[in-house]
Amino acid sequence: MGKVYLPDSLPEVFDILSREPGAVLYAGGTDVFVKSPPGKGNDGPLVCLEKVGELTGASDLGGEVRIGACTTHREIVASRLIGEHFPLLARAARHIGAPAVRNMGTIGGNICTASPAGDTLPPLYIYDAEVELQSAKRARRLPLSSFIQGPGQTLLEGGDVLSAVYIKKDHGYTFCHFEKAGQRRAMAISIASFAFAARIGDDGRVERARCAFGSVAPTVLTMEAVDTCFAGRHVEDDVLACAAALVRAGVSPISDVRASKEYRRAVAGNLVMRLECALRGTR
Amino acid sequence: MKQTISFVLNGSAVLIEADPARRALDVLREDLGLTGTKEGCGQGECGACSIIVDGVVKLSCLMTAAQLEGREIVTIEGVAADGELHPVQAAFVEHGAVQCGFCTPGMVISAVNFLEGNPEPSREEVREALSGNLCRCTGYQKIVDAVEGAAQKMRSGGQDG
Ligand SMILES: Cc1cc2nc3c(=O)[nH]c(=O)nc-3n(C[C@H](O)[C@H](O)[C@H](O)COP(=O)(O)OP(=O)(O)OC[C@H]3O[C@@H](n4cnc5c(N)ncnc54)[C@H](O)[C@@H]3O)c2cc1C
Ligand code: FES
Ligand code: FES
Repeated sequence: MGKVYLPDSLPEVFDILSREPGAVLYAGGTDVFVKSPPGKGNDGPLVCLEKVGELTGASDLGGEVRIGACTTHREIVASRLIGEHFPLLARAARHIGAPAVRNMGTIGGNICTASPAGDTLPPLYIYDAEVELQSAKRARRLPLSSFIQGPGQTLLEGGDVLSAVYIKKDHGYTFCHFEKAGQRRAMAISIASFAFAARIGDDGRVERARCAFGSVAPTVLTMEAVDTCFAGRHVEDDVLACAAALVRAGVSPISDVRASKEYRRAVAGNLVMRLECALRGTR
Repeated sequence: MKQTISFVLNGSAVLIEADPARRALDVLREDLGLTGTKEGCGQGECGACSIIVDGVVKLSCLMTAAQLEGREIVTIEGVAADGELHPVQAAFVEHGAVQCGFCTPGMVISAVNFLEGNPEPSREEVREALSGNLCRCTGYQKIVDAVEGAAQKMRSGGQDG
């Protein structure tokens, strides 16, 4: 069986990757070891990122927040900084797996896995998050929505580490909502998920809104036409019906072990209709 | 290729020679003989392999042995102290929360760790805390009863009531 490296710093990671170009990176292991368990097919060498100081925790940079790639879902849920500025992300993280999975799984792992069902992704799309990639040679920042190219496909190149996610604070949303439909409440990969954020004026009208959907297309689905349905309107049945119809027409879901594509299409629209219940509490 | 891994296991320092790429679960069970930690699914779904790592519950089936290095590990064997069952274990007995017992170590580990952070949980919070631990036998109600009962006892300092 192979080696396992546990570096403490990014320069150490780059050093290992230059010596062991075939090494597999992992953070929580909750995706990579499900596919190929350590010692039983995953013969490494493995590089565990959990001790790399530069990759952990959220920090306030003034206009934006940096979330280290190895920040766990548990830490995201517990972070006051994230709760205050990006409550939609905190809510989605709370819906991931169960406590032990949230204690291990990281935001960076969720992003690099690039599953259409990754629960942190719809909020991160809504907040226009950027990712930072670092290698021995360079560091670059790019929008998350261009980093993720398709299911399981990203712009990560050999030697690259996803070091952090950056989100700007000035999004101006005053209301957010996240709901996922799965086969059970815990431990369930989304059949369809819906993230919504809006700036709601004093008169109760939506000034602007953004929607993002998980598990109903090859990557997170955002649709400007759906967002436009809400602009300048109170969230009432006709607005929701219009948005839901556009969503049902716009999704391109697949059938798999969890649900059929027809079911996913119906549920995606229903999740939008259910926004009414979520908003009622705030009126 | 073995390497030396040193960590604190159930309160005692241990030093082992093990292949770092094996699963922590296998090293605990096979090398250290601590077979209380179970393998149900090997995929993170069932919680039978739960252990406490530096105060946080993790799944030993998704960890390498190398990750044990320098950590404080508690397995089910380290939950009882001085020959006395932990209040959570005692409550599992009292409430009949054990049938085949396969899920019990993971359930107890999750519950013990959860009650440390939340000594006065609601029933819903208990259910959420154990949502990653699957039980094929009990139907869960008695397990939730036991954890609620243990919380009550622990709040009243081990006295009945
Ligand atoms: C029982 C169970 C339930 C789950 N439920 C959910 C759920 O409800 N919602 C959900 O979204 N997900 C769920 N997951 C999936 C998983 O937990 C998440 O996707 C998690 O965020 C993955 O993070 P990780 O750190 O464990 O990733 P890892 O498995 O460590 O890594 C995943 C991939 O990303 C790469 N990688 C990780 N970090 C970096 C980095 N910093 N730089 C470069 N590459 C990197 C790895 O090489 C690997 O290819 C579940 C998993 C399990 C086992
Ligand atoms: S054996 Fe680890 S979660 Fe099932
Ligand atoms: S008692 Fe048998 S699995 Fe829980």
